[in-house]
Amino acid sequence: MRIVFEKRKTLSRKAIFLVPLFSFFISLLLTAILLAIFKTNPFITYAAMFQGAFGSWPNFTETLVKAIPLMLAGLGVLIAFRLKFWNIGAEGQLAFGGIAATWVALFWSSFLASWMVLPTAILVGMLAGALWAGIPALLKVRLKVDEVLTTLMLNYVAILFAEHLYYGPWRDPKGFGFPGTPPFPEFAWLPRIAGRAHLGLVFAIVLALVIWFILNRTRLGFELEVIGNNPSAAQTQGIKIAKNIMIALLVAGALSGLAGVCEVTGISRRLQQGLSIGYGYTAIIVAWLAQLNPIAAIFVAVLIAALLVGGDQVQMMMGLPAAMGLVMQGMLLFPMLAGALFTEYKIRLIRPRTSGSLV
Amino acid sequence: MEKKTPILEMKGITKRFPNVVANEQVDLELYPGEVLALLGENGAGKSCLMNVLAGLYRADEGEIFIQGKRVEINSPRDAMLLGIGMVHQNFMLVDTMTVAENIILGLSDLPFVPDMGTVSKRIRELSERYNLQVDPESHIWQLSVGEQQRVEILKLIYRGAEILILDEPTAVLTPQESKQLNRIIHQMTREGKSAIFITHKMEEVIAFSDWVRVLHKGRLVTVKKTSQTNPQELARLMVGRDVLFRLEKKDRNLGGVALELKDVQAVDDKGLPALNGISLIIRSGEILGIAGVAGNGQKQLVEVLTGLRKTTGGKIRIFGEEKSNKSPLEIINTGVSHIPADRIARGIAGDMSVANNLAMKCYRKPPLAKKGILHPKRILDLANRMIELFHIHTPTPHTHAKFLSGGNIQKTILAREIDACRGLLIAAYPSRGLDVGATEFVRNQMIAQSESGTAILLISEDLEELLTVADKIAVLFEGHIMGIFRSNEADTERLGMMMTGMKEGIGELRD
Ligand SMILES: Nc1ncnc2c1ncn2[C@@H]1O[C@H](COP(=O)(O)OP(=O)(O)OP(=O)(O)O)[C@@H](O)[C@H]1O
Ligand SMILES: [Mg+2]
Repeated sequence: MRIVFEKRKTLSRKAIFLVPLFSFFISLLLTAILLAIFKTNPFITYAAMFQGAFGSWPNFTETLVKAIPLMLAGLGVLIAFRLKFWNIGAEGQLAFGGIAATWVALFWSSFLASWMVLPTAILVGMLAGALWAGIPALLKVRLKVDEVLTTLMLNYVAILFAEHLYYGPWRDPKGFGFPGTPPFPEFAWLPRIAGRAHLGLVFAIVLALVIWFILNRTRLGFELEVIGNNPSAAQTQGIKIAKNIMIALLVAGALSGLAGVCEVTGISRRLQQGLSIGYGYTAIIVAWLAQLNPIAAIFVAVLIAALLVGGDQVQMMMGLPAAMGLVMQGMLLFPMLAGALFTEYKIRLIRPRTSGSLV
Repeated sequence: MEKKTPILEMKGITKRFPNVVANEQVDLELYPGEVLALLGENGAGKSCLMNVLAGLYRADEGEIFIQGKRVEINSPRDAMLLGIGMVHQNFMLVDTMTVAENIILGLSDLPFVPDMGTVSKRIRELSERYNLQVDPESHIWQLSVGEQQRVEILKLIYRGAEILILDEPTAVLTPQESKQLNRIIHQMTREGKSAIFITHKMEEVIAFSDWVRVLHKGRLVTVKKTSQTNPQELARLMVGRDVLFRLEKKDRNLGGVALELKDVQAVDDKGLPALNGISLIIRSGEILGIAGVAGNGQKQLVEVLTGLRKTTGGKIRIFGEEKSNKSPLEIINTGVSHIPADRIARGIAGDMSVANNLAMKCYRKPPLAKKGILHPKRILDLANRMIELFHIHTPTPHTHAKFLSGGNIQKTILAREIDACRGLLIAAYPSRGLDVGATEFVRNQMIAQSESGTAILLISEDLEELLTVADKIAVLFEGHIMGIFRSNEADTERLGMMMTGMKEGIGELRD
């Protein structure tokens, strides 16, 4: 018996829907085995996870709290990925957006009317995110510098810069040594709509629809699609590649930046340690699983957030080792990513009796 | 002859794709030492049938026999082990590796550290035996298209292929290279190897093959001995009607100067001079043909005219305005259309729909877009109109362009560029890969365009095409224009000599 991967000659519509679902079940199965090894009943665990993520209104709103930054950063990542611009810098763009919003919230109220502080913080935060994505984009289109390296390195710059700020100059003098800035004034808080879930949810949903429209129904979206597909053809048709990459990445950065703004103004209401729990990286998974479709990204973000929340819950409830929650999340994500392979490839089993030789 | 056992037999092959049946109950026989020509319109299913044989596609129904024994071909490797090798329409060589490395790439019984000396020696032996001149040590990117094809063929021989499949091998070759390929194939058949050969050029069928099989809409319609047929009959069998190979050209009044080049110079990718002072004029309503062996500056000429390459000297004027070194968009906006030489690399976005590919030139402006918002319904209408007008064979307008047959991809590009053209058409090898019917249609379209006032620069390696379509012919050699002739006064022999660099003063036309 021989197993071969065969590239699908046609992309099957069914595969696009079925494969993620199927791989989700595979991952549940794999995790169940792992749980059994730890002498934990997988059914109870899954039930508890589901309970933890969706079981009550407060739990559900907590899932949404984690879903919002994944939605926003996921949208940013998928726009860049559509151009085959491998932006893995959402984490840094998010952090830098958060830093900028904090700067506005803490220091601009002295000269801004208080009702203007929050909108300004949002705007400046998005600009900061855009800047953080714009730098690698510019380096790429001007000097052909590989974007994977630059976006990744800028993540560390932004995160360490945030640390420097809340441990150093912006540290709350009344914080008893806790690493964080002073809390924002109340007018700089992003309104919450349910539990801790805030207005960012509305932003994300509206933006997903807008982005879907731009990608599918506008000249800009058309040009981005041609560039992502065949840059030489785009160039031949007079499409300005550098300009479009810049636009797309500024937008992508602004979206991740907005995710950071929402985290600091909506959740922690200050800049503090643990600003992001890797949302920018998880957003890459969201974008892939959503197959770069903005509407799908909203739902995928909720699903992944449910894994995060549910995982935390069972870890506490079932008395599993602390690392177990993370292991489970990894186990759940891995087959889903592998599953993406099967939307493009199919597996065939070949009986050796007849293959490649005279019968 | 018929009494011999066929080395290869395909029986009742059926291959379906979503919304199309590419092959339906096709039978094929190939005898040792013979060449089979496979003909058919664009989209008839020729490449598909060969891909089944080469292990790239799997037939839904049907059986394959090699030397009378049933075989199962599941992968290109299986095909290789059975002695079947295919040269694809688009070559599959690794640019940055040497000829020798490409030839042994993917061999299964390769030692961990291959002895390149022995490999090179063996390649030299083979290339001598089959008269396939290539240097095993040179890198692929240094080779011309013709040389790359020789590497592809050598690769198959090196791997011991007994059955060679050549999918439109001559589409990208110069006439001289085609003749040479013919000799190579005959050398191989003398040694008992066999070949299946796909082409749209009837003369080649007559010159190359022993047998002809014609596919029509996925079905086998004719099997004939080549000696018992002729080009006219074959064309009729393929298209289902008589193809005249003759074009009606009315006398036209030429308009103002559409394109003027004065002493234009440019360098190629390696920085070597490619255009050495080109001067030409094309008036509205005029078709100027560029004759010459590929690699003499055609590529660079097209690129400087379309804004894809900078000139290093001279002036380009389009409709009286200075357009040297302008961006492609500025040039498109003056009404210039461009049919690129390399259709896959420059012409289409394979993962976008046929409709979107057809809209790729005029999506910017009304009626397809208004204030930056696209109008999908109108894009679809435009696409349907062009699919019908240009007979593009596609399951639906939403099908991804990469799933079309080679000729239909070319038709998609032609439809888009000819339809959007507003005054100047730069056409590089427009009929490459088209069947006889489509070739006739495209030539007529170009003539109709020029009658309505479009100026056309037509680059072609097919002298007959130039003589029938173009009003004037300029011969390009090593980046120089060797001479310009009226096509009704030009004679093939002299053109042929000038294409190889022999300059001749007499009969030159000054405009
Ligand atoms: N991978 C694929 N997916 C869907 N349809 C396909 C695929 N490959 C081929 N087809 C369809 O099968 C039909 C036959 O295509 P094929 O490439 O065999 O034509 P062909 O005879 O080689 O034409 P040409 O002369 O233009 O190269 C076409 O209608 C084409 O659209
Ligand atoms: Mg073909």
